[in-house]
Amino acid sequence: MNPFEQFSDRDQQETRAGFGDGVYEVASQNDQVVVLTADLGGSLKLGKFIKAFPHRFFQCGVAEANMMGIAAGLATAGKIPYTTTFANFSTGRVYDQIRQSIAYSHKNVKICASHAGLTLGEDGATHQMLEDLGLMRMLPGMTVISPCDYNQTKAATIAIAAHQGPCYLRFGRPKWPNFTPADQRFEIGKAQVLVSGTDLTLLATGHMVWQAILAGRQLHDSGVSVELINIHTLKPLDEATILASVRKTGCVVTAEEHQKYGGLGERIAALLAQQHPAPLRMVAVNDTFGESGKPAELLKKYGLHSSDIVQAAGEVLAAASRKAPVS
Amino acid sequence: MNVPSIGELQQLATQIRRDVLRMVHGAQSGHPGGSLGCADFMTALYFRIMNHRLPFSMQGHNEDVFVLSNGHISPVWYSTLARSGYFPLEELKTFRKINSRLQGHPATHEGLPGVRVATGSLGQGMSVAIGMALAKRLNHDSGLVFSLHGDGELQEGQCWEAALFAAHHRVDNLIATVDWNGQQIDGPTPKVMDLGDLKAKFDAFGWHTLNCNGNVMEEVIKTLLEAKSCCSKGKPVIILMKTHMGFPVDFMMDNHEWHGVAPNDEQLQRALEQLPVTLGDY
Repeated sequence: MNPFEQFSDRDQQETRAGFGDGVYEVASQNDQVVVLTADLGGSLKLGKFIKAFPHRFFQCGVAEANMMGIAAGLATAGKIPYTTTFANFSTGRVYDQIRQSIAYSHKNVKICASHAGLTLGEDGATHQMLEDLGLMRMLPGMTVISPCDYNQTKAATIAIAAHQGPCYLRFGRPKWPNFTPADQRFEIGKAQVLVSGTDLTLLATGHMVWQAILAGRQLHDSGVSVELINIHTLKPLDEATILASVRKTGCVVTAEEHQKYGGLGERIAALLAQQHPAPLRMVAVNDTFGESGKPAELLKKYGLHSSDIVQAAGEVLAAASRKAPVS
Repeated sequence: MNVPSIGELQQLATQIRRDVLRMVHGAQSGHPGGSLGCADFMTALYFRIMNHRLPFSMQGHNEDVFVLSNGHISPVWYSTLARSGYFPLEELKTFRKINSRLQGHPATHEGLPGVRVATGSLGQGMSVAIGMALAKRLNHDSGLVFSLHGDGELQEGQCWEAALFAAHHRVDNLIATVDWNGQQIDGPTPKVMDLGDLKAKFDAFGWHTLNCNGNVMEEVIKTLLEAKSCCSKGKPVIILMKTHMGFPVDFMMDNHEWHGVAPNDEQLQRALEQLPVTLGDY
């Protein structure tokens, strides 16, 4: 059987809904959790939380810089604030507030960012944040998490409350295959090997994990043994799991809904260049802005389709075999 | 604890001003102008107005807490904290030097007691202070949150986001103060970017607004006490505090060029002569 067939796209849910359900659940368990939004409580599915815990909810209006500062103040007094808005307003718009009031000040703030990447769709490039993972992983002490589906986003939302320190949690807008288990425990910083293989290491994050599964199916059918690893935590990166895989396979493809610069691929390239040089291809947005369109159309146009992963796999496999010593 | 007299507070403020000048001179960098202007306010706050406790606790439960939003006047805060017992006085001599807890702008990173958030990049402190005030409200903690802001700092848009929020959410356990010295790095504030009628602006935003001469100790204390009595009435409180940059050193007063320049040896001597030792130098 094709091992990639174990993952089904029958259940389709928004990762942001996983956040909304997760934040309600974690707030029910931990009364220090508070939630702030900048006029996007509906988009981030806060309805259940707001109804259950109105006094722990702070509407900030369309003023993200102020929201980040208020979160820092709440965290100083021991609260666990979750800030909620879109990914571009969660990072680029408020970078200095995060840098000084949160990261440098070691504040236990959870920056929760929805509508990340091209799959935001019709709103276009103004809202399609493709630089956030890079911006956030450059900050000392920042944990950067990019879960792959509804269930994992929910689990990550719950897990970050128990982590002491600032976190960036990235998720998206559209309905997407929900294929990881509902009862999973989310381990921050632990890469998740979804399928074991011996010919090629495929590293994917966020929505692109599903594209990697589609690519894996096709590659398996053409006789390539693919190891698929879900990098749901970009920082701290699980270097040991990644290096162990690449030592076995000898070549790597990365896949992310993010700019090539500053994202997962570049991070893996830096790791391999220093620890275990190996052929690598990055499936990522290539130094360009997005545009309006449907998520599937955008992934195709900007080179993030499963077929792009298959093509990249062919290239690294060829490069690896050229490099292999003649026996 | 005995309530210190006006005379004792004035002596403290004079000694803090000496510390400021000697720290900035010692580092040959730093911001003496605003620090000197705010010495009376900081003295009043820490030695007379705030209910605060040692040892320092980051969370600050059941006590009053303070945020210095205009973080560049760190010298006057560091001196005030040291003379309040937060850390040894002799540490003031490490200001802005390598391996020091006394960073150029205040930071929590090195664990300096008294500092709860990094400031220096302007415009962020009011938001942080509001967050602290909201936490106190959630915790049924009757402590107050005090904050200090530069007047030039109010040119940052985030301050007005925060002002809108505090009024809307009735954050009435917050007393913000503006150091209205009318000077900023590039020149007099009305020339660089006029703030206009600050009282009318804050009134319109829904704050309770008080005025004060920030270089007269009796008036600073009277205004801060009045501000405390205005708390818990549904509105955030702001004190528009007129000060003189560089007060009372004659060649520094009201001169924006002393915003961020260290005195040389001769200038230090001339300045210290105008501020005789009261409690002893560090």
